[in-house]
Amino acid sequence: MTLFKQIAAVTTMNFKSLPHRVGTSIVIVIGIAGVVAVLISVLAMSTGMIETMEHSGRDDRAIVMRNGSASETGSALGRDAARLVEDAPGIRRDAAGKPIASAESLRLINVFRKEDNAEVSVAMRGVGPQVQALRPELKIVQGRMFRPAVTEVIVGKAAHDEFKGLNLGDQFKTRGATWTVVGVFTTGGDSHESTLITDAETLIGAEQRGGFQSVTVQLESVGAFQKFKDALTSNPALAVDVSRERDYYRRQSETISKVIYIIAYVVGGIMAVGAIFSALNTMYSAVSARLREIATLRAIGFGATAMVMSVLAEALLLALIGGAIGAAIAWLFFNGHQVSTSAGGAGVGHLIFELSVSPMLIAIGILWACGIGLIGGLFPAVRAARLPVATALRAI
Amino acid sequence: MSLPGLKYFGLIWAGLWRKRTRTFFTMASIVVAFLLFGLLQGLNQGFNTVVTNLNVDRLYVSAKTNMTDGLPLSYTARIKAVPGVRAVSHWTYFGGYYRDARNPIPAFATDVEPLFQIYRELKIKPEYIEAMKKTRTGVVVSEQLAKQYNWKIGDRIPLGTSIWTTKQGSSTWMFDLVGTFDASAFGGFPSFYINQDYFDENAAFGAHTGHYFLVGITDPHQATRISKQIDALFANSTYETRTQTESALAQMQLKQLGDINFIVNAIVGAVLFTLLFLTANTMMQSVRERTPELAVLKTLGFSDGKVLTLVLIEALLLCVVAAAIGLGLATFVFESGALRRIFGNFGMPAIVMAMGGGTALLLALISGLPPAWRARQLNIVDALAGR
Repeated sequence: MTLFKQIAAVTTMNFKSLPHRVGTSIVIVIGIAGVVAVLISVLAMSTGMIETMEHSGRDDRAIVMRNGSASETGSALGRDAARLVEDAPGIRRDAAGKPIASAESLRLINVFRKEDNAEVSVAMRGVGPQVQALRPELKIVQGRMFRPAVTEVIVGKAAHDEFKGLNLGDQFKTRGATWTVVGVFTTGGDSHESTLITDAETLIGAEQRGGFQSVTVQLESVGAFQKFKDALTSNPALAVDVSRERDYYRRQSETISKVIYIIAYVVGGIMAVGAIFSALNTMYSAVSARLREIATLRAIGFGATAMVMSVLAEALLLALIGGAIGAAIAWLFFNGHQVSTSAGGAGVGHLIFELSVSPMLIAIGILWACGIGLIGGLFPAVRAARLPVATALRAI
Repeated sequence: MSLPGLKYFGLIWAGLWRKRTRTFFTMASIVVAFLLFGLLQGLNQGFNTVVTNLNVDRLYVSAKTNMTDGLPLSYTARIKAVPGVRAVSHWTYFGGYYRDARNPIPAFATDVEPLFQIYRELKIKPEYIEAMKKTRTGVVVSEQLAKQYNWKIGDRIPLGTSIWTTKQGSSTWMFDLVGTFDASAFGGFPSFYINQDYFDENAAFGAHTGHYFLVGITDPHQATRISKQIDALFANSTYETRTQTESALAQMQLKQLGDINFIVNAIVGAVLFTLLFLTANTMMQSVRERTPELAVLKTLGFSDGKVLTLVLIEALLLCVVAAAIGLGLATFVFESGALRRIFGNFGMPAIVMAMGGGTALLLALISGLPPAWRARQLNIVDALAGR
C-alpha cells in the first residue's frame, strides 16, 4: 500500500470515529472559536475605522492647510490665501468657469450621546457655495439643504442617529448664534456623516473667529495633483501643505488604528496560547482513546507517518470548524455594529463608525485557527507514531 | 469531622495529578485566561480608580459652548473674588512641537505662580518661579521632558507651533529654560509651561484668551457651591462658562473615548466562557476514568457526601491555584514598568484580585459540580463492574 493510500485510509477511519469523541473534540472547537471571535472582533474595529476614514477622501480631491498643521483644527488660512489656492492651476472648473473648490471653516460643538448622555465634541463644518459640485456624494435624505446667511445647518445621518437634539427643527446654541437643523444628509457612510455642515461665511460671521481652516479642491484628474501642489508650494505668498484628500483622512486615524491593532494581536496572542494548551489536551486524549486502534493498525503494517498525518488531519479539521464558528460569531454579532469614539483624530470630532468584518479578517482568523490546530496536534501526533506496539496492545 | 480537604489532601493531590500532562495543560490554559482577565480588568478598573480619586479641591472652568472656544483672561479677577477660591490660574493650549511636527510637546501658556499653588503635587523650587517672573521668554518643564530631550537650564529651546504664528509671521518661538519641576505625582506627565504675557505680546491672534481656568479652592465640600457661583457670574454673557471638578472632567473625557468598557467585558466574557467549558470537560473526563477508584473509596466506607466533596475540592484546587498564578503574572506585568511608562503610577487594583478570586471559585463550582454529583450518585456494584 502506498503512503498516500495509508494516510487516506487511517484518516477516513479516524474521522468516522470522531462522533464517539464529541465531548473532548468540542473543547478544541470552542477554544479556537473563542480566540478567532475575539481576534476578528477587535480587528474589525480598526478595519471599520480605517474604511470610514478612507472613504472620506478621494484621490482626485486635494486638501490645503497652513504648513505644519497636523489637522484642520490646527490650521488657519486667511481670505487672501484661500483665494490664491482656488486660483491655482490643476483645479477642475464648472460650466461657468469657476473653480470647483470649497474654503472651509471648522469648529467643535458640544452634543450629548443618546445612549449614555455622555457629552462629546462634534465637528461643525462651514463649507463654500460649490460644495455640492465638490462633493457629489452628499445627499439630503430628510428636510432640505441649508440656506446661506441664515443660521441653518444640516446634520450627518450618523450624528443624527447618535446624538440628542439634532432632529429637523431642533435648535442649538453656539457662542455667536442659534442654529436650526433643516436637513439630514448622507455621504456614503464616511466620516462626514459624524459632522454638521453649514455655510462657511455664515459660520465665520456668527462666530467672529478669523478665517478658514482649509480649502478642498476638485482636481482636473487624479494626475493633476502634482501640478496643483507645485503651483502652491512655489508661490511665495503662500505657506501651505497640500495633501491628497484620501491621504489626509488616512493619516488622521493612523495612530488609533495602530493601537487597536496592537491590542488585537496581544490579546489574541495570549488567548491563542491558552487555546493551544486546550488543543494539546484534546488531541492527547484523542490519541489515548484510540490507543488500541493505533496499535492494531501499526501491528498490521501501517506506517508511523500515516498515524502522524491522521492525528494532524483531525486537529486541523476541528480547528477549521472552530475557526469558522468564531468567524461566524464575530460576523453575526459585530459586523455593522456601531461604535463611536473621540479618538478618531482631530478634524472629525467624535467619529461614529461601524465595525467591519472583512473577508481579509476572516482569512486571518481561519489562518490563526489552523496554526493553533497544527501546534496542538503535532506533539500528540508524534506520540501516536512513537507508541511501542506491544505495550499499547496490552495497555487496555 | 475535620475538613476533608485537609485530612485527605494527599488523596486529592494524587487525584489531581493522575494524568500529569492533562492537568498541566488545563492549568496552563486557566493561568493564561486569568492573566488576560487580570490585565484587562486591571486596566479598566485602574482608569476608574484614577478618575474617582482625582483631586477634589481643583475646579476647571471652560467655555460652555465648547472648550476650544476659549474664555477671556479678564475673568481671572472675577473668579478669584468668589468666596472660598484660593488661587486662579489658566491654561492656553500652545500645542508646540520640537524640531519636527511628529515630536509634539504639550506646551501651555499660563500664570506659573498660582499654577503651582493649585497643583501642589508638582514640586518646584521657589527660585525657578522667581526666574519665570523675571524672564519673559522663560519656560519651566517637567524633569522627565528635560531628560528626554537633554535640555539644561539656560538652554534656548526653539518650539514650532502649528497654530500660533508670531506677529512677525514665524511659526517658531524661542524660549529660555529657567527651571524644572518634579511631576512624578502625575506619572511624570511631560509638560512645558510658558509665560502668558510673552504669548499675548507675540501671538498674531488669540491673545488674552485661555482654554481652561484652573481654580484652587480651600474646602472641597464647597466645590458644588463655588462651581455654581462661578457659572452664575457669567451666565447670559457672550462667554458663558461651565465649571467642573477634576474627576467630573476626567470622567467626561474617559466617556468620550467610547465603548472601552463594553469591549473589555466582551473579551473577558469570551475568555471565561471558553475556559469554563474546558475545565468542566477535563473534570468530567477525569472522574469518568476514575469510576472504579471512586467505587473502591465508597466500598471502604466513604459516604456519598464525602466523595462529592473530594471531587469538588479537586476542581477548586485546580482553578484557584491556576487563577492565583495568572493574576500573579498580571500583577507582575503591572509592576514591571512597561505599563508604567504609558499610564504612570499603576498598580494592580485590589478589587480586581478579589473579582479574580471570586471568578475562580465560581469557575470551580460550575465545572466541578456535575462530575462531583456524578461521583456521588455512583452505585458501587455497577461502577466496579464497569457498567
